[in-house]
Amino acid sequence: MTVLLTTPSPSLPPPSNSVGIVGWLRKNLFSSLLNSILTCVGLYIVYRIVPPALNWALFQADWVGTSKEACTSDGACWVFVGVRIKQFLFGFYPSSEYWRVVTSFSLVGVLVAWLLIESTPKKGIVAAFTIFCYPIIAYFLFYGGAFGLPVVETYKWGGLMLTLILATIGMFCALPIGIVLALGRRSSMPIAKSFSVIFIEFWRGVPLITVLFMSSVMLPIFMPEDLQIDKLLRALIGIIFFQSAYMAEVVRGGLQAIPKGQYEAAEALGLSYWKSMVFVILPQALKLVIPGIVNTFIALFKDTTLVLIIGLFDLLAVVQAAFADPKWLGFSVEGYVFVASVYWVSCFSMSRYSQHLEKKLHTGHAR
Amino acid sequence: MSNVSKKQHWWNNAQHRSLFFQLILVGLVVGFFWFIGSNTMANLEKRGISTGFGFLSMKSGFGILQSLIPYSESSTFGRTFVVGLLNTLLISVLGIFFATIIGFTMGVARLSSNWLVSRLAAVYIETFRNIPLLLQMFFWYFAVLRALPGPRQSWSAGDVAFLNIRGLYLPRPIFGDGFLMVVIAFLAGVLLTELLRRWAKRRQDQTGQQFTLLPVASGLLVGLPLLVFFLLGSPLTWDIPALKGFNFRGGMTIIPELTALLTAISIYTGTFIAEAVRSGILAVNPGQTEAASALGLHRSKVLKLVVIPQALRVIIPQLTSQYLNLVKNSSLATAIGYPDLVAVFAGTTLNQTGQAIEIIAMTMGVYLFISLTISGFMNWYNKKMMMVER
Amino acid sequence: MKKLTLPIVATAAALVFAAAFTQASTKEEVTKRGVFNCGVSTGLPGFSIADEKGVWAGIDVDVCKAIAAATLGDASKIKYIPLNAKERFTALQSGEIDALVRGTTWTLTRDTSLGLNFTGVNYYDGQGFLVSKKLGVKSALELDGAAVCIQSGTTTELNLADYFKENNMSYKAVVFDTHDATAKAFDNGRCDVLTSDQSQLYGLRTHLSKPEDAVVLPEVISKEPLGPVVRQGDDAWFNIVKWSLNAMIQAEELGITQANVDEMKASSKSPAVRRLLGLEGIAGKGLGLNDDWAYQIIKQVGNYGEVFERNVGTGSPLKIERGLNALWNKGGIMYTPPLR
Repeated sequence: MTVLLTTPSPSLPPPSNSVGIVGWLRKNLFSSLLNSILTCVGLYIVYRIVPPALNWALFQADWVGTSKEACTSDGACWVFVGVRIKQFLFGFYPSSEYWRVVTSFSLVGVLVAWLLIESTPKKGIVAAFTIFCYPIIAYFLFYGGAFGLPVVETYKWGGLMLTLILATIGMFCALPIGIVLALGRRSSMPIAKSFSVIFIEFWRGVPLITVLFMSSVMLPIFMPEDLQIDKLLRALIGIIFFQSAYMAEVVRGGLQAIPKGQYEAAEALGLSYWKSMVFVILPQALKLVIPGIVNTFIALFKDTTLVLIIGLFDLLAVVQAAFADPKWLGFSVEGYVFVASVYWVSCFSMSRYSQHLEKKLHTGHAR
Repeated sequence: MSNVSKKQHWWNNAQHRSLFFQLILVGLVVGFFWFIGSNTMANLEKRGISTGFGFLSMKSGFGILQSLIPYSESSTFGRTFVVGLLNTLLISVLGIFFATIIGFTMGVARLSSNWLVSRLAAVYIETFRNIPLLLQMFFWYFAVLRALPGPRQSWSAGDVAFLNIRGLYLPRPIFGDGFLMVVIAFLAGVLLTELLRRWAKRRQDQTGQQFTLLPVASGLLVGLPLLVFFLLGSPLTWDIPALKGFNFRGGMTIIPELTALLTAISIYTGTFIAEAVRSGILAVNPGQTEAASALGLHRSKVLKLVVIPQALRVIIPQLTSQYLNLVKNSSLATAIGYPDLVAVFAGTTLNQTGQAIEIIAMTMGVYLFISLTISGFMNWYNKKMMMVER
Repeated sequence: MKKLTLPIVATAAALVFAAAFTQASTKEEVTKRGVFNCGVSTGLPGFSIADEKGVWAGIDVDVCKAIAAATLGDASKIKYIPLNAKERFTALQSGEIDALVRGTTWTLTRDTSLGLNFTGVNYYDGQGFLVSKKLGVKSALELDGAAVCIQSGTTTELNLADYFKENNMSYKAVVFDTHDATAKAFDNGRCDVLTSDQSQLYGLRTHLSKPEDAVVLPEVISKEPLGPVVRQGDDAWFNIVKWSLNAMIQAEELGITQANVDEMKASSKSPAVRRLLGLEGIAGKGLGLNDDWAYQIIKQVGNYGEVFERNVGTGSPLKIERGLNALWNKGGIMYTPPLR
């Protein structure tokens, strides 16, 4: 009577509501009453925001034209941005000289990409070129005054170009100062240490806007009477001081993360303080803090918008000035959205890059 | 080290070197400040700019939109300083409060098992933290708030509260004579609750019995003051705003500048706090949760007793720096006309008196003081929360 | 770190921006440099504003041009330096600019304790109020309880407080950093009133979404004579700036325009005209300029009337009446000492 099965019957398929789309929905969206409610609320929010936003920005927007009259539909008027785009990018930089700005930024783009992509050869030479030669080239390209390039005064600089210049120069100059400060803060010399601590805590404790006020209003009082410092340079000095304090803390984090054995080993080899720092500790520490450096750069990049308060024409200021133009009144939302997307795309991609680096570095150091 | 080489020159001695180096450093710093100081003196004298803090007792002569203390055009510059400072503190405290709420909510939502909620939180975080704060402020102030109606078309709630482009008008409480007693009753409630909490904890430590604090505590905190309030015959009346002339008069006004600044700053800082919360929770080893569950703790107890205390250790340092950033970022108020310290003191007062050095120094001093206070407090709190290693 | 920053600051400054020595007279310096550094506003329609190509225009800009035409013989050899209210005096004191033509009100304090000298008045202004027509207000005395939008960093805040106090009225001041923000807040309805110098009100009105819905009230609550400013202690340069402006006014008085100046120079018999155009009399010697300095101003920039009409007058978007700024013999107070 008994039937003896020698082979196990095939396993039943999983319940139909736990696989496929239905299963995914159940697991991820409707796993409990609370989750179901949250999902419905979320869906409602998406429904209320996304279609109108897309309609406004894309489907019902006006893209081509040369004047306000071209904007007839209900959506965004991108014509405004299109007409003014050159000014948004270059400020009042003379249009015959745009190529200089473009060349300069393309050059630095290539150099940086070279340094960041892993498989490229001769990194040392490229790095040296970037650090020592590029600033000179960039100075003459932007400012002119040599090699037959006409001088373009700094007050004509503006727009995205100015934003990038402020952020990159601020960063470039702040890094070495920050390294020195970080070393000073970890130094065993009491005076050097306390100076570093005071300097760092001072600049980190005050808002950038007061720093900019100080550099724009007070620097002329601090300097000898016959020495004039250009407005842009004044802002840059403030930004560099401010930034170097933040940089110092990032570098300090890296220095602290280096195991003590490295310091001791370097000392045991008979290396002097500077030699052990330059050849043993800093290369490791700086590699560790690259994500941190990128993050501070993002913060600085966003903070450059503050220069509009002291009257420099960065991207945001140029766009604001543009929608005060009587010919283009009432397009402030388009302007803000344009600026926001420029910043968003740059900052988001940089932060993704830094996260990617973080992951990569993390695995290298896992024990 | 000196016995390594007997021929070591004195300049190769590490101590001498460090002394020498530090002397140079001191010399340079002193020289730098002397350079600046002498230039400043010369420039101030040559340009006939007056110095000193005498201006603080001079009449200011201008009005300020929002003031937490009585202020008029005939008040002194010293008072404008206080008004600005209080406005800065107000926006900082409110901002920290809302940013923390938003941040914790979004940080937890980001880790939610609900796919949609987690994605929405991610979109919020990634959108708002990658756009400059100043731009967000302009957006809220100039683009969003303009959608509000004018004073005569105000939206009203029961004819006691009104919302229009000039602000949110609310009834202002006028405290009667006996109101002090209500406050005292509330304070007594707080004290009693704290005593009760300590007693309950001690009892639990000794006997293991738990005591449900919530009903008693709420009775003490809410019930007691309410009881006193009604016993004294409701010593509280309301000053209700009313439209007179161009604007509402009376009541309490929340100016739109404050709203825009608060919205922008809370949403912006909230993204960073959310990230801090997320990383804090993720940093708690899953084994901890599993072990706690294995001990038979309820899920809420697992969170309260195991996960949160450990997560806070990671969160607090990051939270500190976000709070500091928030306070410093509140200085952007000047761009949208909120009368904070930078706007009324480093702005208008500086323009009226021209005493840049004193005013900027005072402004920076205030921010430094606030920053150091917050970081000191957070360090103390952090130490308290730190793992006690035996 | 401080030891590092000082050399950085010093070398960068020295490298990039050659230090200028203020000991040399401003005129010599301008001639040597070949460019006149003129401080203007960051953007005020009709007075000094850059268009999308970065070309500056306005009544203040034309004064800059006149000074350049007189000194260098070429009205285009100017570097415009946009300044906000906070920086303007520092920039002049420190020598960053040679003259400040930025709608600056002439007051006792500024003339005496800032180390500056006002050279004259190129626009007689006064603080006024801009309100929306919908409000139905006819006089500033009806503004009790109003919310007032205002730009910080000027004397307007003080004048406003004084005026409301004198008339026992209350107000709420909403203070912004820039003209743009002020105008935009007013446009959004944040305030009932926008107050500023009247000339600026006309300019700001063109920035509103519906300029025709806003009106400037008749009250003028302050005297605001706006004029070019130079550093104290350089009398030669002071004279050049002063008489560049005077020459423009004199030219209007004599009926010499940009269009007819060549013809006048060739054929006019009037001694006053011939003196102004450098054909007789002291001509340019007293100022240390070329004899045709005034001719260059008129030829390249125009007379005061033309400048006014072109930038702020009825022919411009601002549509300001001449009013006080008409010539003294035409009902205004624009008056120049004789050029002889």
